[in-house]
Amino acid sequence: MSQIQYREAIRQALAEELTRDPNVVVLGEEVAQFHGAYKVTEGLLEKFGPKRIVDTPISEAGFIGMGLGASMLGVRPVIELMFWSFYSVAFDQILNNAANVRYMSGGQIQCPIVIRGPANGGTNVGATHSHTPENVLANHPGMKVVVPSTPYDAKGLLKSAIRDNDPVMFLENTILYGDKGEVPAEEYLIPLGKADIKREGTDLTIVSYGRAVIQSLAAAHLLQQEHNVSVEVIDLRSIRPLDIDTVLASVRKTHRALVVEEQKPFCGVGAQLAYMIQSEAFDELDGPIARLSTIDAPAIYSPPVETEQLPNPQRILRAAIEALG
Amino acid sequence: MSKKSNATAESQSDATTAKPDFAGASANASLSAEKKIELYRLMLRIRRFEERSLRAYQSKKIGGFLHLYIGQEAVAVGCCSLMGKDDHVITAYRDHGHAIAVGMEMNPLMAELYGKATGCSKGKGGSMHFFDPSRNYWGGHGVVGGQVPIGAGLAYGIKYKGLKGACMTFMGDGAVNQGAVHEAYNLAALWDLPVVFVIENNGYSMGTSQARSSAGELARRAEGYGMAWGVCDGHDLYEVRAFMAGFLDAAREKSKPAVVEVRTYRYRGHSVADPDNTYRAKAEIEEYRKTKDPIQVFQSLLLAEKVLDDALVEKIDAEARAEAEVSADFAEASPFPDISDIQKDVYWEADNPSERKSGGRLFFN
Amino acid sequence: MANIIEMPKLSDTMTVGTLVKWLKKEGDAVKSGDILAEVETDKATMELESFFDGTLLSVFIPAGSQVPIGAALCAVGKPGEKVAAPEAKAPPAAPAAPPDAPPAAPATPAPAAAPAAAPVSKAPVPPAAADPAGRVKISPLARKLAVEKGVDPAGVAGTGTGGRIVRADILSAKAAGGKGGSAPFAGGAALGAKGPVQEEALVPVSNIRGTIARRLLESKIQIPHYYLDIEIDAGPLLELRAELNAALEQEGVKLSVNDFILKASAEALRQVPAVNCSWEGTAIRHHSAAHVSFAVAIEDGLITPVIRDAHLKTIFAISAEAKPLGKRAKEKKLAPDEFTGGTFCVSNLGMMGIDRFAAIINPPNAAILAVGTTVRKPVVKDNSIVIGQRMSLTLSADHRVVDGAVGAAFLAAIRDLLERPSLLLL
Repeated sequence: MSQIQYREAIRQALAEELTRDPNVVVLGEEVAQFHGAYKVTEGLLEKFGPKRIVDTPISEAGFIGMGLGASMLGVRPVIELMFWSFYSVAFDQILNNAANVRYMSGGQIQCPIVIRGPANGGTNVGATHSHTPENVLANHPGMKVVVPSTPYDAKGLLKSAIRDNDPVMFLENTILYGDKGEVPAEEYLIPLGKADIKREGTDLTIVSYGRAVIQSLAAAHLLQQEHNVSVEVIDLRSIRPLDIDTVLASVRKTHRALVVEEQKPFCGVGAQLAYMIQSEAFDELDGPIARLSTIDAPAIYSPPVETEQLPNPQRILRAAIEALG
Repeated sequence: MSKKSNATAESQSDATTAKPDFAGASANASLSAEKKIELYRLMLRIRRFEERSLRAYQSKKIGGFLHLYIGQEAVAVGCCSLMGKDDHVITAYRDHGHAIAVGMEMNPLMAELYGKATGCSKGKGGSMHFFDPSRNYWGGHGVVGGQVPIGAGLAYGIKYKGLKGACMTFMGDGAVNQGAVHEAYNLAALWDLPVVFVIENNGYSMGTSQARSSAGELARRAEGYGMAWGVCDGHDLYEVRAFMAGFLDAAREKSKPAVVEVRTYRYRGHSVADPDNTYRAKAEIEEYRKTKDPIQVFQSLLLAEKVLDDALVEKIDAEARAEAEVSADFAEASPFPDISDIQKDVYWEADNPSERKSGGRLFFN
Repeated sequence: MANIIEMPKLSDTMTVGTLVKWLKKEGDAVKSGDILAEVETDKATMELESFFDGTLLSVFIPAGSQVPIGAALCAVGKPGEKVAAPEAKAPPAAPAAPPDAPPAAPATPAPAAAPAAAPVSKAPVPPAAADPAGRVKISPLARKLAVEKGVDPAGVAGTGTGGRIVRADILSAKAAGGKGGSAPFAGGAALGAKGPVQEEALVPVSNIRGTIARRLLESKIQIPHYYLDIEIDAGPLLELRAELNAALEQEGVKLSVNDFILKASAEALRQVPAVNCSWEGTAIRHHSAAHVSFAVAIEDGLITPVIRDAHLKTIFAISAEAKPLGKRAKEKKLAPDEFTGGTFCVSNLGMMGIDRFAAIINPPNAAILAVGTTVRKPVVKDNSIVIGQRMSLTLSADHRVVDGAVGAAFLAAIRDLLERPSLLLL
């Protein structure tokens, strides 16, 4: 075991898969010579060479569509988006082509691509660089969507994503890149579609994913210390496929649910979760399902105000108290 | 007279000199009589298939869109007939011609148009989404220009695997202004991808003529990217083959991309719902049909070469019509997909459950 | 057979077409590709093309007609060929399974994955008792538990947001024997039953129980209680009560024994006002009004509604007030000012068959009167043994405020008033 950064965990996953499978290629802006805009791919060019680690021009529609075409012939591209916010430049290639080609060909084609990059606010980079589109992506059957919150999860999930024969959208977080966590030395995989109970509790279930999990754990600690409330925190890890069973089991235990998401509320992942929880565990609910989302406006620049726009431990704590009322 | 290419292919067509002998070009000289008849038959089969599908559409057997290839047959047949085992093809939604040209059979194509489970995409794609990976044919795409980066990607894959092959990436004259197309051009030129971008210029992007859509010459834009380019007429099958052979060679052997424009014409509207009287005169269609119909042109050439005779022409036509009719019967008699089929062929993992590694729910209703 | 040419579908949204103009007439030769007519669709005017060679044998509809897709327009064939008489043909039947092309689509079939439409509740939910204020607000979990535990949610106090009944409330109600209603301890288990005495459970303390626990513990710890017993002759009281109730039945008057005791308490407080006081540490507060409260047993506890200014009210007024107060107390509908502010309390377990008992003082009162049941027993009267109606009363008093003699005086006043009950009619 060793303590490594989230970015290092991603890098290890890439390196291991590049070593294992000669078809894996890493493409993206500044991934090679610049060592990665957030230093995630640092050192990979030196290790694997320019055929495996490819700097692309600023051309998302072009290189994502290109990666898709190559994947149809067996190449396994891992395409980096410098920010997931840039996915909208390549909407057609992602939402129309990646999601649908298998279906439209009647199952004759598979597109084993991974698109990865950071999707988050909280860094004062403004409305156009702070998108968290996991809900939009998950709304497209044919695609898979993964949002890891820890170095351990990031490494195991990325390896699984690369080996997956379906297109996988992998959403990281620039703020989490520096977080350290325990990662085993031996190889391990984490399957998609498996949630993780990050903290056990009895009074309230918090369902979350990504950095909001870290925030929720901090809030859970405060809730125990200051309010003697025992909170169970579930990290979905995978939005699609979705491990709703772990969530439901928890709700059956605590009877109270709070969804915490760094998403704007309308049609966010929380909306889907709330539907499923009330649909499948209605009689277990002792109160309405609560939800704590990003405040519903474009991401604000002003640094201290942005902190209040996103989920943070104090906002989560207040939402939890209300959910227990 | 504007320069028609910056390549030194044999296929330069110059109005002031005598018409070059395309039949004698190296790409064509080696064709056997049987092969020539085969090529002729392919074009005619495309024509009859398209006509039969038009009739089926008007009888409400086919829903949605139908973009007919009538008038453009020489382009698909000419290009696809040059394919080697590591060459690949991708096109936009006017894809029936390419499907037949790579060897797909009429029954599954017509069944796909009818939305039947026996269709080549199990009824899930429709007219715009014919695919056959086993014949290196990658569709069949609905969004204008969307297939072009994918085509560059197929070329990337060919090169990555160290194969000597080229990807012909077809698009219409309306696609050339899409951003994704320019991005693909840049990537292809930057990385020397073995892709030949083929612009099937039939003069109109839906109802908007080339003159009203595009600044400058279409294929010449390649110069901006440092790529080879060329233009040829697409109604003479021999010319198409002679012209394309050089570019394909450059792609296969030297991994050099190119942008080529093949001038052709569609007799029908953009799709069957297009009355096409708002943007062109009937006389224009009639003129092309009389003087440049690709099937007529090739038929005349082969009759002159004594490869075809009238009886064979009749026979081939009757067989093509019959084959199209049989495919309509096949489609009619085939069952529709079951409701339970809607959620199949979405995820590889869901279709291969014994190899599934993920947990959780993939579907949400 | 001649080929029948039908109105074709010429656009993806077309449902009917108008045959604007025939370009050929009956008897004309027709080649495949010839235009037979002009047809107007929803989008544009298109051409009707013949796919057949032959002669135009029959024209079925005149120019200007609007017909649906699939309607027979004309017949092309060899001269002399038989032409099938066209019935008004409906458009070709759309396939049953998938949705048809828009817009004339048959009903879209429900996806196989969707469960059957009608939701089936797993267990019948008992209807909440008619609530004049509206519906019973109860969480799904609590509703399910209520059914499982046989608890009637109506009358259960809700501690959730907005008064919603939540799980804890149902569990408390159950632990209190809760079927709701007036007799929380009525209806015992079958004799000789062999099962567990009750469900083994750790029931969270409800708000009301917590409050009772806290206050009465405080009372017992902090107030130096002492107890004075008397036994009175209840005969005259019962006689007068019966007389009054009979005479005033028409007026809807029904005096209870407790009404007499409340009135007597108020009058006794007037006579021995030292009992109408409160200990306040460094001072004793003397209350000018006698607000007499009485204990009412409710689900999971008790509550003490207050008759304010009882010293100014007739027994009839007290009775008229006490009855609805008691009812609302049981329904947990008392407003806070209706169960707080009493200066003296009466607790009556007579109807439960208790002979005598000592109650715990309700802070900040200085005393509480516990009333037992009326018992027929032998008594000495004029040196003979006769049958008397005897009622026990016990005063618990706060020795900081009320000394023994004062307490005794108070009880003497009570006895006097109850044994000469006509004095209570003043």
